[in-house]
Amino acid sequence: MAAVKSVTLPELNPSGFGAPEFSTPESQDSEAALARRFYYFLSLQREVEDRIERKLYRQGKILGGVYVGRGQEAIGIGAGLVARPDDVLFPCHRDLGLYFIRGIGPREVFAQYMGRVGGLTGGKDGNMHMGDLNRRIVAIISAMAASVPVAAGAAMALKYQGSSSIAFNFFGDGATSRGDWHEGINLAAVQKAPLVLICNNNQYAYSTPLEKQMACRHVADRGVAYGIPAEIVDGNDVFAVYQAAQRAAEHARAGKGPYLIECKTFRMTGHSAHDGGDYVPKHLWGEWAAKDPILKLAGKMLDRGWATEGDLERMQAAIKRETDEAVDWAERSPYPDASELTRNVYEEA
Amino acid sequence: MPATTYLEAIRQGIWEEMERDPNVFLLGEDIGIYGGAFKVTQGMLERFGDKRVVDTPIAESAIVGAAIGASFMGLRPVAEMQFADFITCGFDQIVNFAAKSRYRWNAPAPIVVRAPSGGGIHGGPYHSQNPEAWFVHTPGLKVITPATAYDAKGLIKAAIRDNDPVIFFEHKALYRRVKEDLPEGEYTVPIGKARVHREGRDMSIITYGAMVHVAAEAAAQMEKEGVSTEVIDLRTLLPLDEETILASVRKTSKVIVLHEATITGGIGGEIAARITEKAFEWLDGPVVRIAAPDTPVPYSPPLEEAFLPNTATVVERARRLAAY
Ligand SMILES: Cc1ncc(C[n+]2csc(CCOP(=O)(O)OP(=O)(O)O)c2C)c(N)n1
Ligand SMILES: [Mg+2]
Repeated sequence: MAAVKSVTLPELNPSGFGAPEFSTPESQDSEAALARRFYYFLSLQREVEDRIERKLYRQGKILGGVYVGRGQEAIGIGAGLVARPDDVLFPCHRDLGLYFIRGIGPREVFAQYMGRVGGLTGGKDGNMHMGDLNRRIVAIISAMAASVPVAAGAAMALKYQGSSSIAFNFFGDGATSRGDWHEGINLAAVQKAPLVLICNNNQYAYSTPLEKQMACRHVADRGVAYGIPAEIVDGNDVFAVYQAAQRAAEHARAGKGPYLIECKTFRMTGHSAHDGGDYVPKHLWGEWAAKDPILKLAGKMLDRGWATEGDLERMQAAIKRETDEAVDWAERSPYPDASELTRNVYEEA
Repeated sequence: MPATTYLEAIRQGIWEEMERDPNVFLLGEDIGIYGGAFKVTQGMLERFGDKRVVDTPIAESAIVGAAIGASFMGLRPVAEMQFADFITCGFDQIVNFAAKSRYRWNAPAPIVVRAPSGGGIHGGPYHSQNPEAWFVHTPGLKVITPATAYDAKGLIKAAIRDNDPVIFFEHKALYRRVKEDLPEGEYTVPIGKARVHREGRDMSIITYGAMVHVAAEAAAQMEKEGVSTEVIDLRTLLPLDEETILASVRKTSKVIVLHEATITGGIGGEIAARITEKAFEWLDGPVVRIAAPDTPVPYSPPLEEAFLPNTATVVERARRLAAY
């Protein structure tokens, strides 16, 4: 019916940027190859965010808020690798991996955090507040859950256009308290809009624990109120997230409407770089460190013979090199000229 | 052909745009089978179908948010707020997302949010407000307040074609009271351009929306009293047509700024400030503001009458200014 706005579909990173090949023959089999991609993106997000939060921020090279996804990277990446390049992603502030999947490199990410021209928003916005419509990844809206109605509308539009693309919307547990979350899902549900809803339930919203956020036990319990299917998965098991997202995507693409996935996880950091998370009971850090999604994945890969220790080490080394290079690049990217201030508020002739 | 009402003009404008461009679609509460609380979308469901005329739940934030999301996918959504008063429930999506999206990440949100506003219909505190100033204070939005049927049609069409988010205030008291013969053919009215509603030499009344008609009556009265009074209809409040305002001030040297919205923090203060900054030497008197008092819009007729600026008040203040 309506003309689909022309989009430049992103080059989906087949296996990562500079990632080395593995030595094991099994690495060719599809599950092993998928594991390798998971491992690359999980490790890249971890490394880039560590660099941002633990180095550049402390060196004063990054100003403003820094929110990282340490410990919960499997959620964005597991679901993000289910999405087709033409699907529309609405990340939350802990889903850096989704940007990498869409071919946005660490260079642009570091430059974004440093407020440089080379950043995805050219200095107009900072940190995770970035997006690229050409790559069908929508900039984070700072107001929690505000992306839900927007994602619902995008999904409605895709349906209207007769497209088989769907929308993926990511958010935290705290976001599910806001009216926008409920309004957006309700609208998407009555419209049977193709929308996959992915909650990272990391049990905290800033300093507020889940039991002060909601009186129901699971975020997934809320699905029934909107007449949509909901399931709970281990958010630290990237394969489990991936498989749940496949079920959800299939449901949405089949025209059956929204599907909610609650991923149980833990925020292995304070709310943001300035916050040590002192309000978190100490024992939880250790318990959840043992369930780290990268460790879990690495264990599986070694177990199954999908990779050797050496393979994983070489992958990590390659990611460190890539990250070093990207930081250098970003630091060389200039700051925007002050004349940019008043540009692009409205369409310019 | 009978004269076209302001309401019918908006309906025609939307209709023509729906015919012209399949990307244009409508969403809002009760806009389909019911044709909208004020019947602006009457007949559209039958003509364009329920994929393009979407009845939504009562959820203004979802309506505006969904409009933004659809606009990213290349559609041209026109969202209806049942009453402008309830636009507050969608406020965040408008001012925090739609307005900033182009600036932040180069993703324009070409949506139109239609909002039936204004008093004089005994709607009381929740069905009578003029919330335009909130949006005029938001860079990235365009804010439109037509006063005539001609402009209402031309501006809604321009709004739908515009590549930035537009808040379109339709004055409820004008819906059926104002009518005129419209041109046969298709036309648009440029956004951001004011209009001289009535020419005059001695005094200017700068206004918009329903108050254009109050100003015109007052001007006719002043004319009889020997004061040639110009009426400027701003039509668009953001961006503001400063040039037309200043040209009128330089011509007449005496200015009244008139609006139906409450006075403190209203657009009148902004206009008065710009005039004193940029045309001070041309002034032969203080810039006079006439607006509603700083109260909610009351329900009972004597209270609402006292609230709304009227012709008698404008004439009285105009006489004083003329004598200054
Ligand atoms: C509407 C709104 N209120 C407050 C904030 C400030 N804020 C930013 S993140 C956050 C906590 C979000 O918690 P959750 O949704 O669980 O996501 P998490 O940070 O745990 O991933 C708060 C309160 C905000 N961004 N938006
Ligand atoms: Mg949380």
